[in-house]
Amino acid sequence: MKKTNICAALVLVLVAGSSFFFPDLHGKLLSPASYLKLPGDFRAQVIADNLGAARHLAVSKQGLVYVKLAKLKGGNGIIVLEGVNGDGKAAKETGFGNFIGTGMYIKGDYLYASSNTDVYRYQLNDRGEVIDTASPERIVTGLLDRREHNSKSIVLDNNGNLYVTIGAYSNACQMQDRTKGSPGINPCPILDSAAGIWQFKADKKNQTYDDGVHYATGLRNVVGLDWNQSLDQLFVMQHGRDELFQLDPDLYNAKESAELPAETMYALRKGDNAGWPYVYYDQFQKKKILSPEYGGNGHTTGGENAIDPIDAFPGHMAPDGLLFYTGSMFPERYRNGAFIAFHGSWNRAPEKQKGYFVVFQPFRNGKPDGKWEIFADNFAGSDDISSPSQALHRPCGLAQGPDGALYVSDDVKGTIYRITYSNK
Amino acid sequence: MKRIVIGTLALLEVGLISMKSPSLLAAAVLEPVHGPAGRGKIIYEQTCLPCHQADAGGVPGMNPPLRKSPYVQGAPATLIGIILQGLNDGVEIDGETYSNPMPPFGAVLKDNDIADVLSYLRSHFGNKAAPISNLQVGRIRQTLPNKNNKNKQLKDGYH
Repeated sequence: MKKTNICAALVLVLVAGSSFFFPDLHGKLLSPASYLKLPGDFRAQVIADNLGAARHLAVSKQGLVYVKLAKLKGGNGIIVLEGVNGDGKAAKETGFGNFIGTGMYIKGDYLYASSNTDVYRYQLNDRGEVIDTASPERIVTGLLDRREHNSKSIVLDNNGNLYVTIGAYSNACQMQDRTKGSPGINPCPILDSAAGIWQFKADKKNQTYDDGVHYATGLRNVVGLDWNQSLDQLFVMQHGRDELFQLDPDLYNAKESAELPAETMYALRKGDNAGWPYVYYDQFQKKKILSPEYGGNGHTTGGENAIDPIDAFPGHMAPDGLLFYTGSMFPERYRNGAFIAFHGSWNRAPEKQKGYFVVFQPFRNGKPDGKWEIFADNFAGSDDISSPSQALHRPCGLAQGPDGALYVSDDVKGTIYRITYSNK
Repeated sequence: MKRIVIGTLALLEVGLISMKSPSLLAAAVLEPVHGPAGRGKIIYEQTCLPCHQADAGGVPGMNPPLRKSPYVQGAPATLIGIILQGLNDGVEIDGETYSNPMPPFGAVLKDNDIADVLSYLRSHFGNKAAPISNLQVGRIRQTLPNKNNKNKQLKDGYH
């Protein structure tokens, strides 16, 4: 036993040494892009590193990259990367905005950014630069932040509306959160002000809950979302609930709990309800199953008034970024398909963790077409991750550049990747 | 020469990064844990590991790490109180904040379970602090308003 462990450890060191930062012939340390695994003819470059908790990002039509941080770097919560070209890092890195958060989106001449309670916007000039970094307009204020699931992700439609996700400050709306034996509250009071999507005017200052439209409900926690331009419709990725086995070991075993429930994609219309906390989606039975906190047994279905997901992925992989690809750099099959940045799991323990990757889901006629595939893999630096703090990088945000390049942010080290395609 | 030094440093660094957790895990496997700490290990794996992870590394931004932890090695009364009553105060360790609430385990774990798991934690994962006894846990439990020690979240309600 002892021998095996030492051998395993040695192998780990050797493998790690050769694939992570092993110096090349010129003595230069290889960048995190070098151990990403991509389909043939795709290449990754690192345009920035060590930004810290880099959450969502947006690229202006002139090619400036804006990154939202969940921890200030040098007092700044937004980083601007300029001078991005075919190789190496951006020529210039500056920052502004003294608030932390997740949301970052560009629409027209405005850069939108969210804190965990507010949404701000900054006007851009014709070079894509923020005109006045010191005085953004506050568009939305006073949204709920009770720590758990407090990211406010944002996207805009083509009719002057802003959509903000507000996550549930709870796992399953139990009387006592994440506590074995504690029943679900019925009706769940969290749904009035969280666990949903709120719609606001994109250009009106200081809106609160009272000014917003409660656009969709029953969504436990949405971090990744995008406006699908070809369908003119909001698509979101829900983080499914945790701890089925830990909370109900009589109904679920550890293996089932590591796979269930699905992480789900929804195509939303105003007024939709996705069913949380009363049901979860079981990707094996392909049904909405009544939550055990509300009398479920793992088989009884529920949520007759709730919508079904349009797509389902293995549990706990934490989809934090969604992007429908509209560029022309990548081959035709990627057009209008969905890239999804999975942050990687923690709630699979004691099973091995997984999902530190970017997925591609092909679409045809507005519907998922065939099985999803792993597009960019090995952000973690290893496929043997038992605990998320071992992951070297975790994908979070996605954005598309004006040339069709795909940008991915990592919120462990703050590495920003630019993925390009060329078959020449 | 410089090149070699850089290479060696890089290897060392990577070695340290990737070995941090496996070596701790290996240590836990290699050295059989007997007595109360042995029971503590079992309780850790059944009750704490799903959130705090096999290497006690926690989940960045969500569930705090328990390795080399100021909380684990800190005042027994505070530590025992957290296990009994849970915690929903936005813990900050080394500049990182943790968002998920800790559920109360006062109704789930007995005094000796809590003493054992804390003694195990305080002597593993890079922690070095004195073990905790059943009596210490019992004394703290008696000071709490409710024998079951429900989380204050329940009192406050959701709104």
